Amino acid sequence: MYEKYLEKSASFYPEYPRKSGNQSVTHYCPGCGHGIAHKYIAEALDDLKLTERTVLISPVGCSVFAYYYFDVGNLQAAHGRAPAVATGIKRINPHSIVISYQGDGDLAAIGGDEIIHAANRGERLTVFFVNNAIYGMTGGQMAPTTLVGQQTTTSPRGRNIHNEGYPIRMCELISALEAPVYVERVSLHSPGARAKARKAIRKALENQVQGKGFSFVEILAQCPTGWKVSAPDSLKWIEEKMLPYYPVQVFRDKSAEAEGWAPPDVAYSDADVLQLIELPLEDEAAPAARPKVPEQYRNPRIKIAGFGGQGVLLLGVAMAQLGMMEGYNVSWLPSYGPEMRGGTAHCHVNISDTPIGSPLVSASTVCVAFNKPSLEKFEKEMARGGLLIYNTSMIDIQPTRKDVEWLPIPASEIASQMGNIRFANMVVLGAFIQKTGLINMETAIKGLPAFIKAKKLIAENVKALENGAAFVRGELKI
Amino acid sequence: MTDKLDRGRLEISVDECKGCGLCIVACPVQVIEFSKTVINKQGYHPAQYKGSGCTGCGTCFYACPEPGAVTVYRLAKQAQ
Repeated sequence: MYEKYLEKSASFYPEYPRKSGNQSVTHYCPGCGHGIAHKYIAEALDDLKLTERTVLISPVGCSVFAYYYFDVGNLQAAHGRAPAVATGIKRINPHSIVISYQGDGDLAAIGGDEIIHAANRGERLTVFFVNNAIYGMTGGQMAPTTLVGQQTTTSPRGRNIHNEGYPIRMCELISALEAPVYVERVSLHSPGARAKARKAIRKALENQVQGKGFSFVEILAQCPTGWKVSAPDSLKWIEEKMLPYYPVQVFRDKSAEAEGWAPPDVAYSDADVLQLIELPLEDEAAPAARPKVPEQYRNPRIKIAGFGGQGVLLLGVAMAQLGMMEGYNVSWLPSYGPEMRGGTAHCHVNISDTPIGSPLVSASTVCVAFNKPSLEKFEKEMARGGLLIYNTSMIDIQPTRKDVEWLPIPASEIASQMGNIRFANMVVLGAFIQKTGLINMETAIKGLPAFIKAKKLIAENVKALENGAAFVRGELKI
Repeated sequence: MTDKLDRGRLEISVDECKGCGLCIVACPVQVIEFSKTVINKQGYHPAQYKGSGCTGCGTCFYACPEPGAVTVYRLAKQAQ
């Protein structure tokens, strides 16, 4: 005789399979305001029936994993760049409801510029700004919103206006701009305040449904962990410390008078698009003669790894560039952060007959290892039956994978004998071309100037290609 | 009065509760408490319904940060 009145919102996943550990609860600390904000957003998406057309941009910060929880389209943006990513999605896909969900470190510090300009352009977005006056994820450092006198790990004597300046009031800043349609600050500190927060969240979403324009809701939220208080006390903390500096009010509401905008209901065919950008239709653009490729080497997902400076990234560029010249779909994704810290540089390359969904290569079908750590790290993740090309000049061990094809090549030695160890990558490219037949050698030779900038080295690079190929044919001995 | 049904009922998922206590301070009729005996999977004493007195107002639901920890029921119209 009792009926369910309030339960877990359908806009959340029933379980969180992307999450490690306990997949039935969020990763948030006990009492965290993020969970509450998530619930209000999910509830509004349910009630407004927006779940299926919503794209939520996760920020960097504690809420980086929002995509674990919301059963909507999800994308995670670089730190502070959620409004720019949201802008792109909304403009390409104007029927989508695009939400930028950001914390105060993300939105008010590193992303300060992004949010101001998205607001100033009047992007038809909904931005939820969760302000807890601290950097939560990294362990409680001072944020731009940290209150004067507030102690954090980086302001142990309290925020000092002479050193760190005053906390930023984002709502006030944004409402100084002309374009925003709706700007409100709400709080989670009491049942009454929470009711207003739910209403504001809903309104900001409704505005986007009606195409009204930029809507911004700042949510004062508790961080019991960062503030080092109990969850119930954290509500008092908001009330006593935050509210005097961050007044809870509507700063701007032009929702009623703002003109609604609906995206034009047009669908373009592929042919329309090609015509618009004045490219020949696909059939005509197709290459005349693509080489015949053995089944196991078709549509390779390639990972190339080595030390920074071994030409790892350039080899990837070369493969992608030549693949493109042969009329394949290609992608190249570099990863060159960690080599500064002693790791390996690597890149991901796809060469495919069909459109490429993601540039990321997880189970590689071709793995090129220039040094030992790369072999050890990346042979493990190869797909069964893949091709493992490894530089025996710098790798004195054997691969462990017996279910992949090995192609050992003393690339650095071949290059050294030519007079420059840096040709090793082109030696490998030559070997790859010879082995897989994916690319015509003539195409490769013709295409070299596209990625070898030093023109005087072209001839030697061609020689390196040919040497690599000759080694695979067994015509070159070291 | 004792045979009159409560207007609401409350369920708190033992293993989803993180024991923050926000529902306890939010409840206007104070019918939620920490369990003194149960320690859940996550290592917390979860909040629990005292068993009677719930009005089904939903204040605890909106105070709880965990999406699925609290479920609120209301007495069906025909039963009242």
